[in-house]
Amino acid sequence: MNLHEFQAKHLFAGEGIPIPRGYVASSSAEAREAAERLGGEAWVVKAQVHAGGRGHAGGVRVLQDPEAIERYADALLGERLVTHQTDGRGQPVRAVLVEEGVTIHRELYLGALVDRASQRVVFMASDAGGVDIEAVAAAEPERIHTASVHPAAGLQPYQCRQLGFALGLDKAHMGELTRVMQGLYRLFLARDLSLVEVNPLIVTGEGRLLALDAKVTVDDNAVGVGRQAEIQDMRDLSQEEETEVRAAEHGLNYITLDGNIGCMVNGAGLAMATMDVIKLHGGAPANFLDVGGGTDAERVAEAFKIILSSPAVAGILVNIFGGIVRCDMIAEGIVAAVKEIGVEVPVVVRLEGTNVEQGKQILADSGLDVIPADDLADAAGRIVAAVGQRGEPEGSRSRA
Amino acid sequence: MSILVDERTRVLVQGATGRQGSFHTEQAIAYGTQVVGGVTPGRGGERHLDRPLFDTVREAVAETGADASVIYVPAAFAPDAILEAADAGIRVIACITEGIPVLDMLHVKEALRGQSVYLIGPNCPGVITPDACKIGIMPGHIHRRGRIGIVSRSGTLTYEAVKQTTDAGLGQSTCVGIGGDPIQGVSFVDCLAHFEADPETEGVVMVGEIGGSAEEEAAAYVREHMSKPVVAYIAGVTAPAGKRMGHAGAIISGGRGSAEDKFAALEAAGVATVRSPTEIGARIQALVSG
Repeated sequence: MNLHEFQAKHLFAGEGIPIPRGYVASSSAEAREAAERLGGEAWVVKAQVHAGGRGHAGGVRVLQDPEAIERYADALLGERLVTHQTDGRGQPVRAVLVEEGVTIHRELYLGALVDRASQRVVFMASDAGGVDIEAVAAAEPERIHTASVHPAAGLQPYQCRQLGFALGLDKAHMGELTRVMQGLYRLFLARDLSLVEVNPLIVTGEGRLLALDAKVTVDDNAVGVGRQAEIQDMRDLSQEEETEVRAAEHGLNYITLDGNIGCMVNGAGLAMATMDVIKLHGGAPANFLDVGGGTDAERVAEAFKIILSSPAVAGILVNIFGGIVRCDMIAEGIVAAVKEIGVEVPVVVRLEGTNVEQGKQILADSGLDVIPADDLADAAGRIVAAVGQRGEPEGSRSRA
Repeated sequence: MSILVDERTRVLVQGATGRQGSFHTEQAIAYGTQVVGGVTPGRGGERHLDRPLFDTVREAVAETGADASVIYVPAAFAPDAILEAADAGIRVIACITEGIPVLDMLHVKEALRGQSVYLIGPNCPGVITPDACKIGIMPGHIHRRGRIGIVSRSGTLTYEAVKQTTDAGLGQSTCVGIGGDPIQGVSFVDCLAHFEADPETEGVVMVGEIGGSAEEEAAAYVREHMSKPVVAYIAGVTAPAGKRMGHAGAIISGGRGSAEDKFAALEAAGVATVRSPTEIGARIQALVSG
């Protein structure tokens, strides 16, 4: 789960990490008031969306006049911001952050994440701040410095100094950097983060360290077990894909993709594999959808509705490896769903596992236009052929 | 032979009285697994599914001689259950539970360091040695005792590989589902090492997916240490970067962890890769009988 910059900075402030003074505003009048309350001669206005690359996309501006702030906030709020990290529609802007202007002497990068390979929380720092850190890591890996935290001992001051000197900071900054890093580490543990980034962490003209930006990702599992109630309240559903949110409410794991073949599969690995096999057969998956282990008729029906909510879908492939779930039950669920919803696109069904023969019989006896398949390759071939025969370009179908 | 579990393995169920625990314990008993008891705090002394219940794992181990456990307790309590099992001297711990916070697993792994414990999972189907011991949620009937070791990050996709090796008449020595979380117990490398040493295993099927670098580490291990043929499939060629594909571990981030990178690393190490999971059975059959 991602947080907005203003929410992340609120958490930073709670751990004593220095941030610029600022106010969040949800109207242009509020934005102007924020600037007037802050005082000074220059302000930074930043669109609050769950995406990086806001600066290049016109979502961040330095302004010298409260009236210009009002106009700019008015132009941003209620619109969608498209950055290189968003899809073509962009993310809705429902708030802006207005901050005091600061002078920047140096821009650094500081982040921490759970490193899978070492199974540790690892801090990363670079003197190349304010730019895309992944590009730095790829092109100039020697400019990325790391410190791995022992879970029992915690983050040590020497590790902070190591990174500090590697960044070219002088001795006077070591105490400040250590406090920032230890604050981030406390936050990481207390809030179950999977990622925190300060990009840039700046040295101001006055020689202070300041977190100019803040990005925080919280571990969904920690939210799931209910120990991050305050974080959960910060969730902004407007920043998440509508269909994915709706799917999650029904216990379905759904992700929209670009193709036209809808997929319904049990198991995440098998769902990815099904997408891959469709592609190998010349098709393109419209979604990833894992209906989960304990699939029942109701979930199958909801999965059909969600898949069909995309107008691009020209056919559906159902791939269920029944395992302990009985195939006859799944088949009944499919028949009921297809009847209830009135599915008008071809549906290919591959069932495997317990009671597979009864399952196939139920589909055959249903009188519905459901194409049975023997295995995954057969199923992919059939759905690609069925969608191809329709001869309609992707996305051209209209649905009542 | 087999790896990790066999017909002598004495299995304890942590969370045996819950809905999921009860269902899968019944299935395991029906399969012929030596389920020796269950642990549900506060219900010690009772019986469930004709097996004794205990308040603590320590007590259960003392009474039953259990050397393996399977965990069905909810995510909030599963880390505690893993550590309780390890502390009681359990050798193989299969944690089926999904949704455990990653920092909890980070601390569990640190606590297990240096102990002779095999943690399988979490968020996995478990481990099965066909006709001997089924610990987990996999459907027993698709398995057949035989010659192929299977190790996988996925659940139902593992069953796909199992069914194909069964249909090909090869069967399986042991199948291990190592789970889809970023921090997990036994790795591909651990399982490959066991399969290499197991006389019953003639070839290995490895099913990976996007995210992390476990497949790349496995590739390096195969190149250096494996004499037996290995067939690998990686799910997620079509997965877009930055989107988590169901499993917490299945995400391409920072340009790393893509299926293409993993295929390339495995192929460079001499692993036979298949681009479609439907080709797993035929490919391993050609290699072990060739």
